[in-house]
Amino acid sequence: MDTIISLFLIFIGAALINNFVLHYFVGICPFIGVSRRVDMAFGMGCAVTFVIAIAATLSWTLTFYILRPDAPLSAWLWKALGGNPDVSVDLSILSYIAYIFVIASSVQFVEMYVKKFFPALHRSFGIFLPLITTNCAILFACLEIMKNLQGGDQIWGLHHALALSVGGGIGFTIAIVIMAGLREELELCDVPKALKGPGIALLVAGILAMAFMGFTGVDRGVADAIRTLTHN
Amino acid sequence: MASSSPSPAERFIAGILPENPIYRQLLGMCPTLAVTNSLKPALTMAIATTFVLLCANISISLIRPLLKPHLRILVFTLTIAAFVTIADRLLAAYLYEMSKQLGPYVPLIIVNCIIISRCEACASKQPLPHAIADAIGMGIGFTLALASLGFVRELLGMGSLFGHQVLPSSWPNWGILVLPPGAFLTLGALLGAVNAWTARRKAKQLSN
Repeated sequence: MDTIISLFLIFIGAALINNFVLHYFVGICPFIGVSRRVDMAFGMGCAVTFVIAIAATLSWTLTFYILRPDAPLSAWLWKALGGNPDVSVDLSILSYIAYIFVIASSVQFVEMYVKKFFPALHRSFGIFLPLITTNCAILFACLEIMKNLQGGDQIWGLHHALALSVGGGIGFTIAIVIMAGLREELELCDVPKALKGPGIALLVAGILAMAFMGFTGVDRGVADAIRTLTHN
Repeated sequence: MASSSPSPAERFIAGILPENPIYRQLLGMCPTLAVTNSLKPALTMAIATTFVLLCANISISLIRPLLKPHLRILVFTLTIAAFVTIADRLLAAYLYEMSKQLGPYVPLIIVNCIIISRCEACASKQPLPHAIADAIGMGIGFTLALASLGFVRELLGMGSLFGHQVLPSSWPNWGILVLPPGAFLTLGALLGAVNAWTARRKAKQLSN
């Protein structure tokens, strides 16, 4: 039960309370640049969620078995190659390069998949699909997973990593879809000339972020509610 | 020749205001919004980014003849990732508290669009002096943008600058500016102010 609650807390935390876009400011570029039409924004959100889940799975595996301090696979290899057994093996200095490689290849994979099975969607995305590589949200998820694999009170399993990444992806989708809806309405408004475009979008995003601050504390309340429910 | 490819000096000036990465091109928004709740982290971040931008521009410009078109983005990102690792380790060694405060935003320099766009638009096509001037100009432009945001947010949000109280204690701190929504609001307002200022200057030049 505790595992389910902790997974749920990670998920809600990434999706709503500490929303990737509105709290951690990752994935701002597509948030400001792409979000002009709701259907496009939704497609973009789904693609990011998909890529983020793949990248998180791969980078969790890499970090857990190879990159973290005293990772089993690299420690075994070090001993098999005759290294000093008293020295602990730590490859975490390579993690940034490894993650960016993983992300670039998962984006390439998703692009090939979408091109083959959803050619219409692929045409409407155009340049934005390869640009997911430079979407900070994905690297951010990988870094959070790394942070929770290097010690701390709990070493994350793959299920925690997936909860964080899917939650983050869904949070990104929620934020970008709301923003696209707001901007569709904004087109009809009389905005001061200097604020047209990104200026007013940022101000609206600020108000949206304030609204999302209202979710603070929801996680504890929900966790308590689940606990009382299961105890009765 | 001079009109088709700007000289190093022109590239340097361009980065500071006419093509300012934040206010004009709206690139690299993630660190801009995330670390500017006070001046100190904002400046550290700006310097780290400038360092990575300069190193990446120099290396890309040097290996320019070897670049293959279909692999260039991968080469850019891996080069940047290597330099970001160096910057991250340096920060952790000499400014440990600051590196902890900046947290994941130092490694996130890897996906900062400014650096990739400068590698693509300038360093992969121009010789070394141009690339260096471009990197320093863009770096200063980025630093100015981050410093202006950090200045406004720290001054109005906490009444202090670099951690020293400057406004009288009767100042009601605008707490929202230090919180995440304040980042969006301040940048939106500053962006509007810069746009209005440029428009007025252009109008004046036309009327003269």
